[in-house]
Amino acid sequence: MIIPVASGKGGTGKTLVATSLALSLSGDYKVKLLDCDVEEPNDHVFLKPEITGSKAVSISVPKVDEEKCTYCGKCAEVCAYHAIAVLGKHVLTFPQLCHGCGACCYLCPEKVITEESREIGVVEWGCSGAVDLVQGRLSVGEAMAPPIIRKVKEYANNDDTVIIDVPPGTSCPVVEAIKGSDFCILVTEPTPFGLNDLALAVETVRDLGVPCGVVLNRAGVGDSKVEEYCEKENIPILLTIPLDMEIARLYSRGITLVDGMPQWKSIFLQLFDKVAEIVDERSRSTKR
Amino acid sequence: MKEVVVLSGKGGTGKTIIVGSLAALAERKVLADCDVDAADLHLLLSPLERERNEFWSGQVACIDPDRCNECGLCEELCRFHAIKDFRVDEVSCEGCGLCRHVCPTEAITMRDNMAGYWFISDTKYGPLVHARLGIAQENSGKLVAVVRQQARKVAEEQALDYIISDGPPGIGCPVISSLSGAALALLVTEPTLSGMHDLERVLGVCRHFGVPAAVCINKHDLNEENSRQIESQCLSQGVTVVGKVPFDNVVTESIVHGVPIVEYTNGSISREMERTWNTLRTMLTNGSQG
Repeated sequence: MIIPVASGKGGTGKTLVATSLALSLSGDYKVKLLDCDVEEPNDHVFLKPEITGSKAVSISVPKVDEEKCTYCGKCAEVCAYHAIAVLGKHVLTFPQLCHGCGACCYLCPEKVITEESREIGVVEWGCSGAVDLVQGRLSVGEAMAPPIIRKVKEYANNDDTVIIDVPPGTSCPVVEAIKGSDFCILVTEPTPFGLNDLALAVETVRDLGVPCGVVLNRAGVGDSKVEEYCEKENIPILLTIPLDMEIARLYSRGITLVDGMPQWKSIFLQLFDKVAEIVDERSRSTKR
Repeated sequence: MKEVVVLSGKGGTGKTIIVGSLAALAERKVLADCDVDAADLHLLLSPLERERNEFWSGQVACIDPDRCNECGLCEELCRFHAIKDFRVDEVSCEGCGLCRHVCPTEAITMRDNMAGYWFISDTKYGPLVHARLGIAQENSGKLVAVVRQQARKVAEEQALDYIISDGPPGIGCPVISSLSGAALALLVTEPTLSGMHDLERVLGVCRHFGVPAAVCINKHDLNEENSRQIESQCLSQGVTVVGKVPFDNVVTESIVHGVPIVEYTNGSISREMERTWNTLRTMLTNGSQG
């Protein structure tokens, strides 16, 4: 089962939920935690894993053999990203804009374009207790997170229980992290910001055909509009975490909720049971 | 005209709260919400929409089943795994068009993609340029570029002194698009290990693109030891800490009421926001020291 933890709005508690859920489950299941927030991966801050391996992530960018190039301009014409330009007797490439689609190389009539790898980040793996952690890390100054997220997700398999820490937002990195999963946990807070971004996240997961439920974090302040919204949209609230300075202080020190307050372990197990029940029910009804 | 962009690396550290306060404190400015996939600034500024524009960006492939001879070449060549069983998965398609070029039966066309909207609105604090990226869309970086371009246009037309933009979280495409060429980046952080880790990375991005940075520590009293560590790290890197905002539930109340915190209370938080803006303004006037 693959369960991403997402939110729309940043800082609502995705990492808190993902790490504590993974740790709680690790006694009974084979658990893999994939940190797909590759721009700002934080799970390692809490799990302090022993990193046992890593691999560079590269994308293919064009390399033009100008000795043989006829400067016909075909490559520039077919590049949808303006990552290659032909000016007189010069070919300029802009590797930062390249998506690595391979069109220029495949369509060059003289076959003088080859591809070379350009490193944009790294995937690392290791373990913390019984949790296997895989994390991606985009290099500083690089723009494109999705190729790294795709690599991290290659480590997901359906036999394990896979928890994915998703980046904030609703655009391509989020879609890449969530698509193909079984159930998405959306973490939010009871404020107008939390609600606005939750509604966007709900639209995103529905667009991807992934069922979802909500974890309401820092409950006790703000207003009740998130609950009203969930009721109207028929989205289950799976768990409520109160606003508690002790929880915030543990978080600030890089201590997971279940390590700092072990009584939360059974609550996270209940959260998982609720998710598993919804996923089971759904798969039974689609088979019928 | 000087442009300040508010970033954080980590999400939810308080960028929008700070921008809302700067909106109320700064004179002669245009506001820009560059967090185009989860925009929240409008919730504090009650904008009156003056102009709505469609944002067309990128393309998606479309296969005509009547012309397709099911040779499978497109699927084989697509690097984004966006074609399966002779159908295009529009979410995965990155619009490169390679499939269209190679299709032997010319069964594939590329369709322009409406990827969202951008708006120019009036607020009691001045004009606001904001946007909404369509659900599950790409090209947030390009939409950010449009928002900034329009904000600059408004600032020039009205001879305004500042552009104040609310940036997205992270360090990738939309952040780079928000940052490049700005006069100053205000980095909002919190004294948590993850906030500190993320601050280091976004500071790295500022250095990479040559934009001077200043730091504001939000909820500084949540962990005094971490706050001190942030301050000493900033000091050693020559980065000015321009504000230390205390934790207070009144901030949440102000969001619920939909007003900038400085308009909601006269408490210590508001005074700290004023100090922050005054320091920033001085930095902008003197040519900021990174």
